[in-house]
Amino acid sequence: MNVDIRFPMGLMFSITGLILVVYSFLTPQEIYRQSLGLNINLWWGLAILAFGGVMLYLALRTMLARKADTRDSAE
Amino acid sequence: MEDTVQLATVDYLILGLYFVFVLGIGWWLKRYMKTSTDFFLSGRSIPAWIAGLAFLSANLGAQEVIGMAASGAKYGIMTSHFYWIGAIPAMVFVGIFMMPFYYGSKVRSVPEFLKFRFDEKTRGFNAFTFAAMTILSSGISMYALAILFEVMLGWNFSFSIWISAIIVLAYIFLGGLTSAIYNEVLQFFLIVLGFLPLVILGLADMGGWEGLTTKLSEMATDKGYAAGAWTNSWQHTGDAAHNPMGVEWFGIAMGLGFVLSFAYWCTDFLVIQRAMAADSMLSSRRTPLIAAVPKMIFPLLVIVPGMIAIALQHSTGFELPLNEEGQTNYNMAIPMLLVHYFPHGLLGLGITALMASFMSGMAGNITAFNTVWTYDIYQSYVKPGKSDEHYLWMGRFATVFGVVLSVLAAYLTTKFDNIMDMLQLIFAFVNAPLFATFLLGMFWKRATGHGAFIGLITGTLSAALHHGLTQPIGSTTLYKGGWLGTVLHEYPSEMAQNFWTAIVAWTVCFVVTIIVSFITRQLKSDEELKGLVYSLTPKIKEEGVAWYQRPGLFGIIVLLAALILNIIFF
Repeated sequence: MNVDIRFPMGLMFSITGLILVVYSFLTPQEIYRQSLGLNINLWWGLAILAFGGVMLYLALRTMLARKADTRDSAE
Repeated sequence: MEDTVQLATVDYLILGLYFVFVLGIGWWLKRYMKTSTDFFLSGRSIPAWIAGLAFLSANLGAQEVIGMAASGAKYGIMTSHFYWIGAIPAMVFVGIFMMPFYYGSKVRSVPEFLKFRFDEKTRGFNAFTFAAMTILSSGISMYALAILFEVMLGWNFSFSIWISAIIVLAYIFLGGLTSAIYNEVLQFFLIVLGFLPLVILGLADMGGWEGLTTKLSEMATDKGYAAGAWTNSWQHTGDAAHNPMGVEWFGIAMGLGFVLSFAYWCTDFLVIQRAMAADSMLSSRRTPLIAAVPKMIFPLLVIVPGMIAIALQHSTGFELPLNEEGQTNYNMAIPMLLVHYFPHGLLGLGITALMASFMSGMAGNITAFNTVWTYDIYQSYVKPGKSDEHYLWMGRFATVFGVVLSVLAAYLTTKFDNIMDMLQLIFAFVNAPLFATFLLGMFWKRATGHGAFIGLITGTLSAALHHGLTQPIGSTTLYKGGWLGTVLHEYPSEMAQNFWTAIVAWTVCFVVTIIVSFITRQLKSDEELKGLVYSLTPKIKEEGVAWYQRPGLFGIIVLLAALILNIIFF
């Protein structure tokens, strides 16, 4: 199957991470009292964004390599 | 009745995003579902790392996430036995020793293996009992999800049932097993990313692992146990009365570590199906081993939150809610902890992780059901000899009525909430003997069809007998045992009784199968049994495989790691 799961996964987590990071800037700091004072949305959002980014990178790298292979074999 | 939590828009946004992707993946995969093998077994094309994560996730329904946290609160780190001894050895065993037969024989399901190894009636017994159990399991997953979201978020019960049913139905109908597998991988990462911050925040709040241990020691001594009862996994198992779980080490090792765990991981098609979908023999053997690695680490993610919750309750004003009988509702440990530590935003992620685990529990059961129904029941007994397109169509149709039946089972559970306990029982009654059957079938060529069938039946009956004649201390209903009139033995806890029921069932099936096999004829020739029995299958030659990829070595490393974990938390 030519479907690389890392692509939709990477996309979903990147978007989720982005949502959390953006939201963290839009919220008052009081809500972070329950997370021990840490702006957990920002930090964990960045972590998730990074994870999504790595997945996307791995997926795109494999997909491009496959495209290059089929182009080479077609020549 | 405590207040429900209102989710913010951002939380719904994250949840909605997840639903869109889940359905989108199913839609994307639709074009690849051309044959029944594509639909039921992913065309046997799944890479090992994906099959491995799916193998683990299919098992990781929300009952496990919620239930293990509840056990963590109730029993402490002893809950890790369900992982380090109650799963890892079995996973290593199935990967190294049993996948060669499951994958090499090219059977399309676990019951189908029984047909080729033994006979039609043995397959039938397994197929029908398994099909019924998957529907019940799926329904119970739905019920648990709906109840949780009703209590926690105030969602309408029926709404939760139907929305989860429709989404699961849609993505399996479209993309078959591959869709289920891909979503299981998604679910795995969601759970890790959703619960890791909970553990980090909780431990920081408790003062690290040391602080947590101190608080739990105070609680343990308050309750009359030794200080380490919640943080030592083996030390207090010499006597069942010394630990909160009420079991002793032999029951743990044999009942859980051997029978129940091997019975599940080695014979349950729900997980085996994912290994059968792997892209090669080597991949299929590595699948359970790959799954074993995160499995070892999961106690950190699911058990520790339970321990944090109970420590929090003991040392602050935080309180777990009570259920209708006035007892602590331990199942609310993780949900309450999520709400306690997570602000909106991250809370949405936590809720999505919970939702994902419930849905994948349902999906795993539905894919197992539609395969066993189509191949082992429909194709065998109703309409054999039809075209592959016909069976592909039937697979989709079975997905629909499988989901509908699950919804019915979910509603049934509202009427009889003991259904969950019953299902646990039935699992022990049916799976424990089944493992004996497989063990003999795969490693002893003299085991005959009659032996297997009669062994299975007597094993299951003996489990029922054992349950009917024994009772855990302080039980008040007949669901807990002792329904045959006299009580021959009282167990210190329900779990101990469970473990021993499994031991009895397995032993009876094992012994009876051997005896009956000796007095009946072996109806299968050596040629027919090739690839199905150890002594008649050529050994796998692992040529061109790097040393670190070999299943044997991988397995040893995994076992050593599990041993070390047991020692650390002894």
